[in-house]
Amino acid sequence: MTNSGGPAVDFDVAVVGAGPAGSVAAYRLAKEGLSVVQVERGVTPGSKNLSGGVLYGRVLDDLLPGYANEAPVERKITRHVTMLMTKDSAVALDYSSRLLCDPVNAVTVLRAKFDPWLAAKAEEAGAFLMTGVRVDSLLTEPGPNGAPTVVGLRAGDDELRTRVVIAADGVNSFLARSVGLTTTPPMNQLAIGIKAVVGLPRRTIEDRFALSDDEGAAFAIVGDCTLGVGGGGFLYTNTESLSLGVVLRLDDLLRSGHGAAEVFDHLGQHPMLAPYLRDGEIREYGCHLIAEGGYAMVGQLAMNGMLVAGEAAGLTINSGLVVRGMDLAIGSGIAAADAAAEAIAKGDISKSGLAGYRRRLEDSFVLQDMRTYARAPQFFERPELYGAYGELAASILQSTYSLDGTPRKHLARVARQALKTSSVKSRRLLRDAVAGVRSL
Amino acid sequence: MKLTTIPQRLAADSFVIDEDESHITVDQELCRSTGTDKVLIAVCPAGVYQERDGQLTVDYAGCLECGTCFAVAAPGAIQWHYPRGGYGVNYREG
Repeated sequence: MTNSGGPAVDFDVAVVGAGPAGSVAAYRLAKEGLSVVQVERGVTPGSKNLSGGVLYGRVLDDLLPGYANEAPVERKITRHVTMLMTKDSAVALDYSSRLLCDPVNAVTVLRAKFDPWLAAKAEEAGAFLMTGVRVDSLLTEPGPNGAPTVVGLRAGDDELRTRVVIAADGVNSFLARSVGLTTTPPMNQLAIGIKAVVGLPRRTIEDRFALSDDEGAAFAIVGDCTLGVGGGGFLYTNTESLSLGVVLRLDDLLRSGHGAAEVFDHLGQHPMLAPYLRDGEIREYGCHLIAEGGYAMVGQLAMNGMLVAGEAAGLTINSGLVVRGMDLAIGSGIAAADAAAEAIAKGDISKSGLAGYRRRLEDSFVLQDMRTYARAPQFFERPELYGAYGELAASILQSTYSLDGTPRKHLARVARQALKTSSVKSRRLLRDAVAGVRSL
Repeated sequence: MKLTTIPQRLAADSFVIDEDESHITVDQELCRSTGTDKVLIAVCPAGVYQERDGQLTVDYAGCLECGTCFAVAAPGAIQWHYPRGGYGVNYREG
């Protein structure tokens, strides 16, 4: 244990949560030679964690070079499909490239397999991992600057005293809330993700998605897959399973009158996806709350003796084409570890002593990207995205490809006519297109 | 794909059920008067919340611990925290 004066502590740093943010922070601190305890409420790391499953892992590769060949990752994504879906049609942007696997850009992961591997890296580096332990509250004391200082954790009857706590305890972060660092976001900034892991033979997946070896595909879908509810569907390939799910904005879900499970079932039965899912068996069913407020929702990230990282800090991005969380968690875990180590070394764990955290986040891709996409959440509140626009695109293409014996018209005329019969106003479409270009 | 029922899906999931303690409690009166009951029934993907004989029932054993109910409930209408350490859902895929 490093000792830079001050009261006796059990550990320099306690990290709460063994997801990507927590394990990366614990790894980095242990590597720095600090004493670290990592506390996880699940029986094993990952047993409480669920993602759609695409990790944009370049930041992890910087930390653990070659991770994609060593870690239990599912597939290396070489094909991204973004699809507008109606009841009976699909219009898609389909991008595949071998450039995406060298160097590896994104991989699919299943968290119950991936998270234990990452937590083991922290353990090997010297962090002490406690599993099956729920942290009940923070230990606080009045600080020198009048504000409370976090001095440790309480779990049941046990207390752990620390210099710095890193709360990487997920989207519901009871710890950050208990000290007023975050509040429950409004419903238009919250979404429920529901996912099934659908078992299929390896070879079947590769044939159906046009993949070879350990390549993978990621489908992002909007429109009828959510019965028009704001959000979208996803279909990702794992080694021997598919991750099939929906993400539903809660304000819009409640407005729609549909139940969340009902929307998921609709996706699972959708005729446009049926050929991909045929003969699959649901192996696991799970869900996860998603805070989608973007940059505006990133609140206070530090107080005396504590930092908040990962989803607990509201670090997620949905740009429509790319949905991110784990990479931001990893980036914030690195920044939190470095800031905590710096504060401990100089003997100042006050909020100002920990200010290096925010600065590191601002200097890194984490808050820079959050800023870039700051207007995305607002953009996605346009209801046309989940219905009318897909219908319009499908109708234009239907008129183009369907040679029904009527005399052909030029594409521009077909589009104009489709726009006329659609509920979409051309001025609205133009305005949304401009807003889309600006926000995404 | 065979779309199983939600109880069938939950049966395929792994849980360690805390027989002694529910991690969810509801205030029936407040749930009804604020309309929270309907909201909880709609948002919960696991069907933890149901209405039976005018009462909101809670099957906490099937909770997937996402926290959505707690995020959307009227203040005070439900109490929700994580199950005790080691209990609750145990994802094997995740």
